[in-house]
Amino acid sequence: MEKNQTAHSNSHHGFPWSHVIGFILSLVLTVAALWIALSLNLSATSTMVLIIILAIFQVFVQLLMFMHLREQEGAFQITAISFGFFVAIAVVAGSIWIMEYGLY
Amino acid sequence: MDQLMHFLTHKFFVTGEPMIYGADVAIAVATIGILFVLTYFKKWKWLWREWLTTVDHKKIGIMYIIAAILMLFRGGIDGLLMRSQLSFPGLKLLDAQHYNEIFTTHGTIMILFMAMPFIIGMINVAMPLQIGARDVAFPYLNAISFWLFFWAAMLLNLSFVIGGSPDAGWTSYTPLAENGLDPGLGENFYLLSLQITGIGTLASGVNFAVTILKMRAPGMKLMHMPMFTWSTLITSVIIVFAFPVLTVALAMLTIDRIFGAHFFTSTAGGDPMMWANLFWVWGHPEVYIVILPAFGIFSEVMSTFSGKRLFGYSMMVWSMVLISALSFIVWVHHFFTMGAGPAVNSFFGVSTMLIAIPTGVKLFNWLFTLRHSKIRFTVAHMWALAFIPNFVIGGLTGVMLAVAPADYQYHNSYFLIAHFHYVLIAGTVFGMFAGLHYWWPKMFGHILDEKLGKIAFWLWMVGFNVCFFPMYFVGLQGMTRRMYTYPANAGWTSLNFIETIGAFLMGIGFIVMVWMIIYSARHGERDVTGDPWDGRTMEWMTSSPAPEYNFATLPDMSGIDRFWYMKQEKGAVEKWRKQKIEEIHMPDNSGRPFIMCVLFFIAGFGLCFEWIWLAIVGLAGILLFMVLRSLFDPDEGHHIPVDVIERTEREAGRL
Ligand code: HEM
Ligand SMILES: [Cu+2]
Repeated sequence: MEKNQTAHSNSHHGFPWSHVIGFILSLVLTVAALWIALSLNLSATSTMVLIIILAIFQVFVQLLMFMHLREQEGAFQITAISFGFFVAIAVVAGSIWIMEYGLY
Repeated sequence: MDQLMHFLTHKFFVTGEPMIYGADVAIAVATIGILFVLTYFKKWKWLWREWLTTVDHKKIGIMYIIAAILMLFRGGIDGLLMRSQLSFPGLKLLDAQHYNEIFTTHGTIMILFMAMPFIIGMINVAMPLQIGARDVAFPYLNAISFWLFFWAAMLLNLSFVIGGSPDAGWTSYTPLAENGLDPGLGENFYLLSLQITGIGTLASGVNFAVTILKMRAPGMKLMHMPMFTWSTLITSVIIVFAFPVLTVALAMLTIDRIFGAHFFTSTAGGDPMMWANLFWVWGHPEVYIVILPAFGIFSEVMSTFSGKRLFGYSMMVWSMVLISALSFIVWVHHFFTMGAGPAVNSFFGVSTMLIAIPTGVKLFNWLFTLRHSKIRFTVAHMWALAFIPNFVIGGLTGVMLAVAPADYQYHNSYFLIAHFHYVLIAGTVFGMFAGLHYWWPKMFGHILDEKLGKIAFWLWMVGFNVCFFPMYFVGLQGMTRRMYTYPANAGWTSLNFIETIGAFLMGIGFIVMVWMIIYSARHGERDVTGDPWDGRTMEWMTSSPAPEYNFATLPDMSGIDRFWYMKQEKGAVEKWRKQKIEEIHMPDNSGRPFIMCVLFFIAGFGLCFEWIWLAIVGLAGILLFMVLRSLFDPDEGHHIPVDVIERTEREAGRL
């Protein structure tokens, strides 16, 4: 695409297979997590472990199928993804830390 | 029949208060008036063609700004009502319930439906011009963002007369905001309207970031961009990372309220504190989302009107980058008193104070920009100059609040109310006013009247300080926020009365501003050059108001303040203007964004009333529009031929 032109929002080439597959995979992974939590009578710990594993898969599906991780664009991509990791860790680890009331 | 009447008077329409009936009448009269004017002057087609279906970033920006000013009016009236109620002890203007509803609507509207659209409007108007783009990267999505915000604002405003206003504060803390303690529909309106506007904001964040990264003029490196564009880029990144948290939190509370889950109810295994946690994970970055673009505007205005390049350009950029990272690790300072231990509170207290460092760096950069310069006291510049001392007061008291042990004293007192109004008004609102005066000629082709502007400025300045400065003291004396009245012997009466006077001075200032806008449309000085302020950045290179295609031709824009240096170089501007004009490709207008967002409104309204069938109708419609868009809408746009461009440029006196 030329630099100074209105970017076409739908100038994809061919059928967007990776998006469709990514979408279906996301749905499957989400429903699977729901099913594990609601229908399998596992202990809390094993439920958690399974859900977290599914969540990690989900992250990879998002990054590979939707976030153009495979397209080389260098610095922007790396900065954005590291910032994403920074925010995710800050929020998740921070929340766990904060919610353990009184312990710290 | 009886059942229907009972439903209408007890659940649907809000009844029983003279103010509500007044509002009913006002809404009816205004609607009929608008319909009449549009029909009488045969403006329906014009409205649809030129505005409702537009994908032009400048027009979308103008619509954002108009809506934001209307919301400033609505939120301001709420503020005045609260201040009137508190001007003397024991007044009965508002009862406790009504006061709760008003501070909730005031806070929600001011942050999400005034500050946010004002900022996004400014960005839409100025940023694409500053980088020499023809439009934003996704113009169709931009229109959707606007109409999402607009219909969300309608939804929230409607709650006042239909269904009932939310009353759990703009922070909507659980368990207070859960069904058990807060039945009724008001909270649903809060949840759905924020959800809808939040989706639009998220899309805007993506849109602006892509625009800036991909569509800059030839030669313009990141480190050549105007500071307002930089602040937009950083703000967009914060939006992209912060708003999903809000989306999720709102969805969880909506599921709790409407579908009976228990994410936040402790009696059923949920955790009410998780709401406060998630809310502020979004909420703190949000305060930088509303302040950084204002910082960008101040940078532009100060360097233009002191005729100097911004001092410490790269330091400004890096301080914003640092602020954006730090903004994600301070959120606990909003609930120091909720039971976390000393390690948690110390960490978040210190990280909060750290933000003062890059902010202080920026303040000194602005001061050094002004140093040894020939300052022009235009109204835009006066707003920017007034920002500095007022914002410093807000910032210093913010550092006081970050001292966790001391916060046990200030927490939820009027001291806090004073602090955040000092940063939000002196930062965001002054910033938007500065931007309004600065870019008005670019939007409308004439200058806002300077004399009326100065009168409004001084009314605001005096009113603002008279209203909010005493709040620090009355807060230290123990007056808490969100109280609807207080005893006469508390010793707070005189300060409260003074505050109310200040609030009304600001109200008068607002009226003068409205008059200034009307007056200037008729008598304001026309801007025929496109560069009324002797500007430095690219938006001043094209005519005012900018043509549909923004720039007929694009020069090489490498270097900071390139336009300024072009003007110093003899013949450079002429040479650029004489460049060969080529045909320009622009996107087509579309009515779909508007209709699709009406469907969002319908779905949201259905969910508020828990009419699932209506929600499904709305959501199915939205899905249908998305399918239509992806399968059957080639959106090829159109080409503006060379002779049309030449004619437009000639009419603007540029060829
Ligand atoms: C224009 C003049 C304004 C006046 C007179 C005003 C006045 C007030 C008053 C009296 C309160 C309630 C204090 C209490 O009883 O707790 C309040 C709360 C608040 N104001 Fe303003 N305000 C103004 C502008 C703004 C602006 C511009 C913003 C944001 C951009 C803002 C954001 C808020 C927020 C977030 C709250 C807290 C609401 C809550 O407690 O849920 N205000 N304001
Ligand atoms: Cu904060």
